[in-house]
Formats: sequence, C-alpha cells, structure tokens
Amino acid sequence: MYDIKAIYEAHSVSEAVALRQAHPEADIIAGGSDVLVQIREGRRAGKELISIYLIDQLRGISLDQMDNIRIGSLTCFTDITRNHIIQRYINVLGEAVDQVGGPQIRNIGTIGGNTCNGVTSADSASTLFAWDAIVELTGPEGVRRVPIQDFYLRAGKVDVRPGELQTAILIPRESYENCHGHYIKYAMRNAMDIATLGCSVNVSLSKDRKTIDRARIAYGVAGPIPLRAKTAEAFARGRELNEDLIEGFAQAVLDDIHPRDSWRAAKDFREHIAVECARRALRESIRLAGGELV
Amino acid sequence: MTQYKHIRCTINGREVDRMIDVRASLTDLLRNDFRLTSVKKGCEVGECGACNVIIDGRCYNSCIYLAIWADGKQIRTLESLLGPNGELSDIQQAFVDEAAVQCGFCTPGFIMTAVEILESGVPYTDDQLRKLLSGHLCRCTGYENILRAVKKTMYRRLGMEMP
Repeated sequence: MYDIKAIYEAHSVSEAVALRQAHPEADIIAGGSDVLVQIREGRRAGKELISIYLIDQLRGISLDQMDNIRIGSLTCFTDITRNHIIQRYINVLGEAVDQVGGPQIRNIGTIGGNTCNGVTSADSASTLFAWDAIVELTGPEGVRRVPIQDFYLRAGKVDVRPGELQTAILIPRESYENCHGHYIKYAMRNAMDIATLGCSVNVSLSKDRKTIDRARIAYGVAGPIPLRAKTAEAFARGRELNEDLIEGFAQAVLDDIHPRDSWRAAKDFREHIAVECARRALRESIRLAGGELV
Repeated sequence: MTQYKHIRCTINGREVDRMIDVRASLTDLLRNDFRLTSVKKGCEVGECGACNVIIDGRCYNSCIYLAIWADGKQIRTLESLLGPNGELSDIQQAFVDEAAVQCGFCTPGFIMTAVEILESGVPYTDDQLRKLLSGHLCRCTGYENILRAVKKTMYRRLGMEMP
C-alpha cells in the first residue's frame, strides 16, 4: 500500500483542470515512476493525488497544420522511440528516451512527467532544450505555450501554475527542418542509471554542406537545470567543417556550463566529459547531416 | 477514511471484478487478492523487475503501477504459462535446462519479459536481447544463462538453428 491521502481520477483534460482547481494541494501523477517512488521514500507521503494517467487524449504524436511536431504529454518513452514522425524528423529524441531506465520504465514513463519533474538529469530534457521545444499547458484560462528554457524555473521547479497541467510538447517546424542531432548519455551502466552528464547536439549545414548554418547544444547535469551552451553555438555559426571547429566548439562549452560536485561525479570530471561529449556529439551530428570534416 | 474503487479487469484470461483500496499497487492486488505469488516484492521502486507483469501486451513493473489503473486491462502473470496439468511452458523449461534459476526470486519477472520478447516473433541479436532484458536484476546467475535460455527458446520458436 502506498501512503496516499486520496486519489482523484481524471479521464479528460477538462476534468483534470476542474480537479486541479478543486484540489489545489494535490500533486499530479502521470505514469508514477517518479511520484510513487517519492511516496515510497517518504518525500511525498500522505499527499492527495490527481491521476491523469487514464486521459488517452494526451497520448500520441502528430503533425499539426503548421507541420509542428506535437507530442502528447502522456506519450511513453517506448512509443516516442517507435514513432515514425519522431524517427523521420527528430530521431535523436527517440534515441535519448530509449536510454531512460529499462524497458518496463520506458513503458510507463511519460515525456510530460520527465519534464514536469524538473530534474536536470532527465534524458529527454537536454534534447528538448537543444531543439527549442515548446511546452503546452492547459488551465482554466485555456492554453498557454512556454519555451522549454522558461518552463524550467529552478531545480525541481517548473512553470505549471495553479489549475494547469502540461498537455503537450511541441517541436516547431523551423527547429527540426534540415536538422540532425546526436545525444550522449554518460552514466556508470547502460541500463537503470541516471545520467552523470547528458549532452545533445544538433546542426543544420549550409546548402553545399561545407559550413555550419546553425549548431545547438544543450546539457543535462551541467547545472541545476538543463541548459544551452550559447558561447559554443555562437562560435560554430558560419564556420567551415574542420578540426578547429570541433575543438573550438568543445572548449567553448566551458564558458557556459557550471556543473557541481556530487556523489555521482566531481565538477572537474563533469567538465572534462562535457568537452569530450561536445566533440563526439558534434562530429556525429555533422556526419548525420551529410557533412565531411576537412 | 479509506477510499475504494470498483474495477473490472482480466487476469490470466479470467474476468474479475473487485472493490479495491485506491492506495494499492498492482503488486498488492495480484498477490493479496488473487494469490498470484509469482509477482515478487523486490525493491518496490521499479528498479529490480521482480514484480514484472504483462498489461495489454507490454511489460510493466507492477510495484509502481496503481491497482486502480488496472480497470479494463488484460493482465498476465507467470501463472498463466502453466499447462492444464501444471506443465511448464517452453521458456520455463529452458530456464531450468540452462540453469538460469538459482534463488528464483527474479525468475518470474524475467520470464514475463521473455514472453513479450518471444511473442514479438522478431529474431533479436544478442545485444538487442541484453537491452530488452536490462530491466531486471539477478544477483545469482550473472545473466549469461538467462540470456541463453531466452535465446534458445527464441530460435526454437522461430524454427531456426541457433548459431
């Protein structure tokens, strides 16, 4: 038995919003792979919960009229990895969430829960940062959209206001078009581990595939919340594809990241692997985009 | 005051309905209400896979799955694999033959993941099988015998020679 005070179940988004208003103290539970564990630990013991897990309208991936990718917040990691829209336009997201926990966790864990949890190590988060994802929230006043960089307020705290719930994650067309990326999770074992560091890079190349049009890089566990390395991105813009680009880009991330010492790894070590991951992920992104280093 | 919910679901092919405590995990429901004790309480935080069951064709750790969510679902546990006279299924026999069982605590969970793998009908590589089995912890066997039991059964069901 879990130490739960009461559970209110929503079967639709409007029902969930009404329950959020009626029970402002209650926590939202999606798949529960974080919330139930925290109840077991005692951190969330004795709380009221609003279960949104049975809202099927929040599952699935589609393209909207503007060709933006729309990922329903309750879509589980397994379904993201297997989805053909994801595989075609933002394969790196499918690869990133395929590294969460193990197979059973990827069946229950949702992208909405992964982001609303507000932790820096979430495997989906660095890729969503790197692709300028938009978070859609639905509340009593209707729908609100927030860039993911603004959605994360501080460690463990995201911008979900009273009465609201997260209903989708959107990847704008201008963000994924002509863009190829790679994610590296650095952890102690391949399954059932939390990232010591996560690094997601993507590039779009010029028409002749000789220079970088746009490079984006985001990290998890390089700060209290996921972050973009803007100095490195600015360095890469317009540069030719060569070793100087790789090295300059990788070293520049040190101006943007601020990891800490934790029991998982030391700050110095995280900085070291952040540079190495930037090198490798940029190389792979360029390769995927059809570019060649000279 | 305890809160209850009435649920209907199918467990191992049998339609059942129960009034359940909303605080129950699916592990609690299966063990306490239906005596399906193949569903083990291991870590109870979704890390070890000992409580793994198949819900609507997919594997879930039942310890971190609320029993109220089972409403309307098809649930399968290890008990469903036995034949009418208690005969072992091919995958269970393979675990015995390959010495993939020592203390046995992780075995039901592993076998239910193996069932999902085998029913997909896909000939997986060793690396793919390792990844598909990675949601389970075994502290006895070192995993090689488990991998071999699943692989052997996979090839046998596919009618292919094991390399």
